[in-house]
This record gives sequence, C-alpha cells and structure tokens, in this order.
Amino acid sequence: MSQITLKVNGKTHRVEAEPDTPLLYVLRDNLELHGPKFGCGLGQCGACTVMIDGDAVRSCSMPVSKVGNRPITTLEGLGSSKKPHPVQQAFIDEQAVQCGYCINGMIMTATAFLGRNKNPSEADIKRALAGNLCRCGTHVRIVRAVKRAAKALA
Amino acid sequence: MDRREFLKQSGMLVVGFSLSGPLTQALGAAPAKSMNKEEVDAWLAIARDGTVTVYSGKVDLGTGTKTALAQMVAEELDVPFVKINMVMGDTATTIDQGQTAGSLTIPVGGTQLRRAAATARQALLEQAAKKLGAAPGELTVQDGVVSVRGDAARSVSYGELVSAGGLMTRVDPKVPLKNPAEHKLVGKSIPRVDIPAKVTGEFTYMHDFRVPGMLHARVIRPAAIGAKLVSYDEASVRDIPGFVKVVRKQDFLAVVARNEWAAVQAARRLKVNWSQWQGLPDQKRVYDEWRKLPVAYEHTPLKVGDAGKALGQAAKKLKATYEFAIQSHASMGPACAVADFRDGRCTIWSPSQATHSLQSEVASVLGVQKANVRLMYLDGSGCYGRNGHEDCTADAALVSMLAGAPVRVQWMREDELGWDPKSPPTVVDLEGGLDANGNVTAWRSEFFIAQRVGTLDDFPLLAATSSGVPRKGNYTGFLDNNAEPPYAFPNALTEVRRVNNNGLRTSHLRTPGRMQNTFANEAFIDELAAAAGADPLRFRLKYLTDPRGQTALASAARLAHWDTRPSPNPGRGSGDIARGRGIAYVKYNNKITYVGLVAEVEVNRKTGKIRVTRAWCSHDCGQVINPDGTINQIEGGIVQTISRTLLEEVRFDRSRVTSTDWNSYPILRFSDVPEIHVELINRPEETPWGAGEMSATVVPAAISNAVYDAIGVRLRSVPFTPDKVLEQMRLQRA
Repeated sequence: MSQITLKVNGKTHRVEAEPDTPLLYVLRDNLELHGPKFGCGLGQCGACTVMIDGDAVRSCSMPVSKVGNRPITTLEGLGSSKKPHPVQQAFIDEQAVQCGYCINGMIMTATAFLGRNKNPSEADIKRALAGNLCRCGTHVRIVRAVKRAAKALA
Repeated sequence: MDRREFLKQSGMLVVGFSLSGPLTQALGAAPAKSMNKEEVDAWLAIARDGTVTVYSGKVDLGTGTKTALAQMVAEELDVPFVKINMVMGDTATTIDQGQTAGSLTIPVGGTQLRRAAATARQALLEQAAKKLGAAPGELTVQDGVVSVRGDAARSVSYGELVSAGGLMTRVDPKVPLKNPAEHKLVGKSIPRVDIPAKVTGEFTYMHDFRVPGMLHARVIRPAAIGAKLVSYDEASVRDIPGFVKVVRKQDFLAVVARNEWAAVQAARRLKVNWSQWQGLPDQKRVYDEWRKLPVAYEHTPLKVGDAGKALGQAAKKLKATYEFAIQSHASMGPACAVADFRDGRCTIWSPSQATHSLQSEVASVLGVQKANVRLMYLDGSGCYGRNGHEDCTADAALVSMLAGAPVRVQWMREDELGWDPKSPPTVVDLEGGLDANGNVTAWRSEFFIAQRVGTLDDFPLLAATSSGVPRKGNYTGFLDNNAEPPYAFPNALTEVRRVNNNGLRTSHLRTPGRMQNTFANEAFIDELAAAAGADPLRFRLKYLTDPRGQTALASAARLAHWDTRPSPNPGRGSGDIARGRGIAYVKYNNKITYVGLVAEVEVNRKTGKIRVTRAWCSHDCGQVINPDGTINQIEGGIVQTISRTLLEEVRFDRSRVTSTDWNSYPILRFSDVPEIHVELINRPEETPWGAGEMSATVVPAAISNAVYDAIGVRLRSVPFTPDKVLEQMRLQRA
C-alpha cells in the first residue's frame, strides 16, 4: 500500500491504496463518497464520472496514482440538497431521474460541458452526453435539464 | 434482531393500534409492530408529532412509487404530504404484498394502503368526536387536525388522539374511500421525494451501504454455464494486499478481501480449473429449436367461430412468423447486496424487487428457517424484472456464512450482462384471411412461449444451484397475456404452446410476454390492413369495440396529426433517408391500461439503420396519482423499448453468454432518442391502474409498421438491426 494525497471537493485527503487502484474505488471505499458509481469498470457507461481540473473523467479507468495534485470534484462537491448546484437544481426541476444510477455521470459530464459551452443547442447536448448510458430511458428529461441548466448558468 | 430490537434501534416512536386497546408507548416499551395485514397498524403508525410511518411491502424501483403511495395515504388520511415517512420492503416490518412487479404497486399495493388509511381516519374521527363532544358528522379534518366545523377552537390533532387511544383496529375492506372530486394530493405532480438526495450524492443506494467489519467479495463464475469446479489455487492470489481468503461450497467459489479493489483483483487472478460444458443451443438456430421444444402444456385463450374454415374460404390469405430475441435487463449498475450471517440468522440489505420471497429463496441456500432471514430493501440500479439483484443477494448471504463475516458482494459488468436471467425468446405464427371487400374473416395464431415451472422458491438462484441446492423452476408465468388480439374478428383462434426452456435461465423483463405477443399481433394486423389497402388506424377501429380503447387509439392519432392513407408510402424523405409512420394499440393483459402509440421513423436505405424520430403516446391508466411521474414512466417505457427493438439481442456460444459489455450488448444512446409527446387520459373516477410497463408494449409493432410505411419492407424479427433491414430489402427486390 502507498500513501496517496488527493484533493477532493476542496479538501486534501491522505489515503492508503495500491497505486494502480482505480480512482473510483478510492473515492467510494476510502473516502465513502456516494456520487460516483461503478457501472462497468470499462469506461463505457459514464456512471463513475468525476471532474478533474474541470474535465469530465471516468474514474473507473483512472489509476489513483495518476491524478497527482489536480483537484477532483464529485457530485457531492457541486452542491447539496439544501444548496444544489444549478445543474443539480435543473435535474430536480425537470424530475430527470428514474432509478438515478446513471445520473451522477449525466450531471458531472453536463457540468464539465457547460463549463465550456455557454449556449449549447440540443444537438450539442446530445453529443456531449453520447458516451453516457441510461437504461431507464430518462434521456428526454436529462436533455431538458441540461438545457435548463445552460440557461441558468448563462 | 427481532422486531422489538429493530424498533429500538430504528429510534422510532411507534404507536400501535391493537385489538387489546390503545397503546402509546415510548421507545423501548413499544410492542412489536403488528404484522397482521388485517390490522391497520400493520400498514401505518402515527407518532405524537403527527408523523405517519407507512409500511409498504412494495418497493420503489426507481419508478416514483415511494412518492405516489405517500400521496395516496396522505390523501386518505388528510395529513400533509411531508408528514409521510415510507418504510419499504423490510421483511420484518412490512407486509408481503407480493413482489414489486406487473405494474401492480399502485393498483394493488396502493389500494391496500388506501383502505388502511381510510380506516384509520374513520377511527380517529370517532375518537375525536368523543373527545370533543361532537357528532362525527360535525367534524372536519385538515392537515391531521380534527376540528368541529365552524368552531376551530375545538380541535385535536391525530397525534394527540393516538395518545388518547381507543381506535378501531381492523382494516375495513369496505371502508369508503375519499370522493375523487375532493382529492387535493392525488392527481398532482408532486415532485419525487428521493430526487434531491439522488442528484447530490446524499442518497444511500445499495451500492453505498456499509456495515462495520464488512469484507468485500466477488463470486467467481464458471467459464461455462454448466461447468464444475475442478480445482483452484489460493496461492495465486495470496500476495494481493488486502486479500483474506477463498470460500467454496461445491461449485460456488468466491474471493473475500478487506477492500473492494483487492477482491476485484483476486477474482481476476485466481487460478481456477473448470470442467468443459457446451450445453447451450446454437444461436443461429435459436428460433427453430425453440419451436421444436417439447410442449409442456397448451391452451386456447381465444376461439370464436371457425378460423380454419374461414381461412379456407378467404379471398386473400396472409401468413407470417414473428420472432423476438433473448434480451438482458442490462441494468446500469451491476447487482449489489450486503449480508451479515451470524448465529444461524442472516440479515441482508438488498435492492431486490422481491425481498419477501427471497426470505425463503435464500433460507434454503443457507439451510436455515425462513424466519431467520431478514431482508431490508435499499434502492439499487433500476431493475425491470428479476435481473441480477436476487442472485447477488443470495451470493452475499452464502459468502457471509462461509466467510464468517458481514460481506458486501457487487457484481461486475460481465456478471450482470452475462448472468442475469434473460427474457426468453418468442416465436409466433399467424394467419389471416380477408374477404373480397378487405374485411378480416379469419385470424389464427400460434404462440411458442416459455412455460412457468414452480414458484419463486423454485427459481434457480446461482448460489443455490452452484452450491448443491438444485432448483428446477423457471419463473416466467403470465407470458401468454395479450396473445389473443384485442379485436372482434368473426372467426379467430389463438393457441399457446408453453415450451420448456432450453438454454439460458429466464425471468421476467419489463412487459414480459405482452410486448412480444403484441408485437406479433399489432404488426400482423398492419399486414392485413396493407393487404386490404386500408388505413392502419381506420382498419383497427373497425374491429375495436372497447370505447376506452377507441379513445386511446384515436387520441394517439390526433396527437400525431395522423395522415389517413394506406401503408406503404415510400417516397417520403430524401436521398437515402425514407420516412414513415406506424401505429399500434394495446389494452394491457386485455384487461387494464389502454395505450395508443404512433412512431415516426427514418430508415437509411444504404446502411439499413433505423432511427425513431418522434413518438406520440396516448395513455389511459384510469385514475392518475401523479401525472408527471406517470409520464416519466411512459417515456422510459418508450425509450427503453426502442433500444430493445432496434439493438438488443443476447449473444452466446455453446458455453456461455458472450455479450457481456456495452459494446457487445449496446443500448440506445442520446443521439437516437426521439422527441416524445405523451397525453394522459385521466379518469379520476376509475381504478388507478399501473403505468410502468404499458407504453413499452406497443413500441416494437409501431416501429415495424413505420418501417413498412417508409420502405415497404416488413420487419418480423426483433431486433431490427441494420443487417436485417438490408437483408429484407434485398429479399424484397429479389
């Protein structure tokens, strides 16, 4: 085991982990965060997405040792139910959840995307989310929520 | 943990209504909660502060029923919605209302809760009348406070009344329910109670749940489905930091570790020898083999007139075979469960739709009594029938017993897609006859459908069969529903042959059977309409006698601005893209919820790719509890079923499933999700029916019919992959 220092949601953590451990397991098991989810472990579905330095990253495929001192933001780092981030608020307003297992990935990917795209079209939003899977079929609401968030952030 | 202990630990103030009289006791002195479904306090408990705890055996699988059931109870009781606290799927405190399936949570589960709540309200009013010295008829209730009409100073809260006690305890099955005209909460789109926590990471999903001292495990599945464990070498993984041990019972093999990543690595690296096994059928011949399987039993759901004779006399005869692929639940999150086996008892946290039935399903794997197994539901990744949740739950229980510690098991992606029980294949042969005027004179259909064997207790949980507890069951009942067409034809015969399963384990997947059967029926009636040169909507309406059905179908057409004309109509679209529209209808189980759906598609003639561009759905499930929640379910049913119709088929070789990731088992992506318009036909005076599975029923046929409209090619085998489209186009040209 190695001692690894991570900056997560504005706080510095020291964790004991094998260097090749995917970041996802460290976030979930060592730091007990609930936002990022294990969906496939293959980088195919997006459920594990976090932001590193503002970029959407698949934490299931990122060895913890490769993060370095770049800041990590998880779903918890965006906001809380008392004070939701505008993207989270938009998902609440549009009721854009069924089981919600994929929603972490949708919100994190959308937040990173909206950080760079101030006035996206519906097609832009669908392209940005093309690598995120949802099985319940909540897509139309998710797109609406991201549109709403884009307006709120503009 | 017994019930009394549970109640202490849960920190709840439980106020019981009981036959022996009023009981209002603080923590520790509370009696065991009633588990007699005849008693009101089996269903709900009112605390002094007016909080109402509702005990539901039905769970919320991501469909919003936690919110909808709370609306129903708050409405009947006349308490504020925010005062309701839902306990769902805990076998120690909730009544077994049957597994959460069949879109029955609202109509069955909700109705049971409504009666309990209405009985409680009545009893509370009687109590209040005594206390306030007024006749019950003079009283009014608002937000859980009873007062004398016109004299608000004379009032008493439910919380105070429960303290004073003296309530009637038995659920009155004939208790009058509130007049729908007075509904304040039912019929409103109250936002779902779970969403704020789910979008902020505050929610504890099954996968997030931890108990002290818990170890992580992974079960090692065999290299071939029926393979036997020959040997394994624990030394191959001992160097993994955090590795604890390997546990085994016959062919059941698992690795246990202190942290999850160590368990994952150990599962990958453990050297294991399995025997050879090649017992699966040849996938290329799956439908041929399916229809040749021994018929276990058969029945005739519909026989009117003499279809054989009428076919013989028909001016025009049509014949077609429809096929529907084996599909996976393909849940986004692989299954997960935590179990703690100690002192002959097992406490399990599970995302199962069937926590109550799992008590006995798991007990026999562990060799203990059902009463010694307690399951508590926690939300998992969405399930649409029996996916991997139940197997994983039994895995966790067995590993905990073998390892002697609380254990968390999470499946990997390849476990969920490879080992979840699958939706079985379906084959349908249809024949139809038209007279010289294009009227249907004969309809004959023959269905080959997986049979049901035994009950859920016989379901072949992987942990059971691999550890030497044989299970011969096959839980695929009710798959014959909607085999008979919903139309009044003068001569009609529908025969159903139930066959033994010959390959992968099977279970229900959203809209089981109804989807496959309706695909065949609703596409074949389109074939008849086309042969008669008739508009598909008008043709259906000629034979549809149910007024609510007529309304649903006509409403969908109205929403879509249906262009009345026969299909096909090639030539719409431009370049390689052809456009078309198709319609389909269902009355679910030929008993409940009515759905009309119009789908618009684009077909790329060069690549064979189909895109559904727009969908219009009209949906009549009677009384709507939560309109937005209902629409969410309808949209989900449509999108998920477009995915199943266009893309999904489980792949396997002779030994095992080979479509075990999202590349080999693709599902629909954002780029292929259509615009969806839903219109609810709300009937507050009618029974509230389910909405989880109904919109899905009509999707495959609507798409097939739209493709026919666009390019004149009839797709009869789900999924409609580009290869199949191109092949059918080639056959048509030939």
